Amino acid sequence: MTTKRVVTGNYAAAYGALLSRIQFSAAYPITPQTFIVEHLSEFVNDGILDAEFMRTESEHSAMSAVVAAEATGVRSFTATSSQGLALMHEVLFLPSALRLPVVMPVVNRTVAAPIGIWCEYNDTMPQRDTGWMQAYVEDNQEVLDMVIQAYRIAEHKDVLLPMMLSMDAFILSHTVEPVEFPNQDDVDDFLPPYKAEHAHLWPEDPMIIGSFTPPEYIQEVRYQTDQAMHAARDVIKEVTKEFGKKFGRDYGGLVEEYRMDDAEVALVSLGTVTSTARDVVDELREEGKKVGLVKLRYFRPYPYEEIRKVAEQVSAIGFYDRSISYGSGGPNYIEGRHALYGLDIPVMNFLAGLGGRDVTVPDIRLMYEKLLEAAKEGKAMKEIIWIGTRGVEP
Amino acid sequence: MINIKDLPDEELFTPGHTACPGCGVAQAVRNLMKVLGKNTVVYLPANCLLVFSATYPLDAFKVPYLHLLFENSGVAAAGIRRALRKLGKNDVNVVALAGDGGTADIGMQALSGAAERNEDIIYVMVDNEAYMNTGIQRSGSTPFGAWTTTTPVGKKIKGKMEHKKDVMKIMMAHEVPYAATVSPAFPADMLRKFEKVKNKHGFRFLQIYTTCPTGWRAPSEKTITLARMAVETGIFPLLEYEDGVLKVNYRPKGKYTVEEYLKAQGRFKHFTPEMMEEVKHWIEMKWRWIRTIEEGQKALEQEE
Repeated sequence: MTTKRVVTGNYAAAYGALLSRIQFSAAYPITPQTFIVEHLSEFVNDGILDAEFMRTESEHSAMSAVVAAEATGVRSFTATSSQGLALMHEVLFLPSALRLPVVMPVVNRTVAAPIGIWCEYNDTMPQRDTGWMQAYVEDNQEVLDMVIQAYRIAEHKDVLLPMMLSMDAFILSHTVEPVEFPNQDDVDDFLPPYKAEHAHLWPEDPMIIGSFTPPEYIQEVRYQTDQAMHAARDVIKEVTKEFGKKFGRDYGGLVEEYRMDDAEVALVSLGTVTSTARDVVDELREEGKKVGLVKLRYFRPYPYEEIRKVAEQVSAIGFYDRSISYGSGGPNYIEGRHALYGLDIPVMNFLAGLGGRDVTVPDIRLMYEKLLEAAKEGKAMKEIIWIGTRGVEP
Repeated sequence: MINIKDLPDEELFTPGHTACPGCGVAQAVRNLMKVLGKNTVVYLPANCLLVFSATYPLDAFKVPYLHLLFENSGVAAAGIRRALRKLGKNDVNVVALAGDGGTADIGMQALSGAAERNEDIIYVMVDNEAYMNTGIQRSGSTPFGAWTTTTPVGKKIKGKMEHKKDVMKIMMAHEVPYAATVSPAFPADMLRKFEKVKNKHGFRFLQIYTTCPTGWRAPSEKTITLARMAVETGIFPLLEYEDGVLKVNYRPKGKYTVEEYLKAQGRFKHFTPEMMEEVKHWIEMKWRWIRTIEEGQKALEQEE
């Protein structure tokens, strides 16, 4: 029997770890991730989670311990935000190259300066090249479901890469929503125990992990990690489908399309803004405007094929971003442009909600208006548009 | 108690590694591994030992080891220990082998955290008193006046202007179950301490004085002599802290003078008489503190 409970995103993340029967966790508290650590502590101290739990003195140490534990052969978990993720940066390169399938929710929060605690993607986006898979989620149900799926995908023999689950600060982490909790037997059936066959630190079967490696060998390691990231695309699609069959919630794979049939323009969104954008699409459709929405679920591996396929059906496409690569554009837009190379339609970038500013219905309506205008004209008057910025004409 | 004659012939840290002749680290690790035995997992941060013991695909360790980063030895070893516990492998020794820079400087935070949490690991600081792997740069553990490539002997400033950081004292301040300093010139004391850390539980710390002929500008055959001189001059006291009690394992008998110790190494060859006096003053301060603790303990024992 499944149960429905009204919980925060942070509780959903912690409970997802519990259902995934994690064996080890190390974590350090940071707003707005704190409740994940607190809930894990409660689960452990109440005896409902049978895991080793280390309360470390920093995020750098938390990730170090998690990688060491995973290398020893147990399913490991941590969670962080913002500055914590930045402090972990050095450690993030290890589990991907050493092929250790760690899972970590990251509650997206702005990175200083100026210091802020609200939602921005300038914590996760700069981790692009660390070799972690990166998923972005829309609601608390998806948080819970994705922790379980993340382990299935990460531990797949063709993948063996770590995954971070990006979830919006406060909008998800501290907001309660009804969430359906799968029962433990079904999760056990879907996610079997972790078997550390390829990497472990056991005296009965000595193995060296992470030895000093000369140029004669490192390039092959890079190639294999890259191949694993490519292979993850098919595994993600498979696992998403299987999860849908078993639990009744199919998230579509690398992207989820919304009202894209006969759409003239498309907006590629990520995170919770997607929910608001769904409403805007419904409104505009009622007004007779042919608009559609694509929810980007994975930033790594990036769904180049899917995005290109979408773009080939429309007359203009826009990419929403909640962070910026200074002097260039939003990271989603940069990847999207890469996917669309040679395709002759207007491509636009909408920057909104940076530093945690609300992204409202009028903001998203404006994005669609700009897209419809560009579709009509055959070109965008301005390609990168800052929405709702004081003193800046959008 | 283990006797040097009882050490097994089998090498768990094998010949073929690429350490410099006379390397104190290689010698200490070889003996430590003989005592710890096969049922051991090693964590290595970035240091000389990592490079000279195992450059892929070669490897001198016959036990599993993990290397991740430079500054996380305390916590990485703890992660291994906790995971092994989860797998029911409770009898495995988990040992971190870190250098003095990786311990006294960049690794201090993770070390302090692991000590405070009383993680069930053996943490070994192989102390060669500078960043030797990167080419002899000053660390917090470099002694006063020493020449290094970042404390050169210039026209205005000659060598390191600060004294050596006392990591043993820092570990005592953490009230860990066991902490000791070790000198390879005192093999019986060394092996006893190796055996002690093997058989105890909780956080265990060893600071081993490991001569670096390359970095100290000293002849490679003087490795053990220098280690003996450091203890005899009082520069490197042999101490043991267990269950809240400090013991002095060897009382310097004055077989060597401070001048002799300093003159035996090129890194101190620019020393003036004033600098020698400064070192002597530092030794006096160090021992005054040790004696204060000893006297206090004695007084308490008598009271009880």
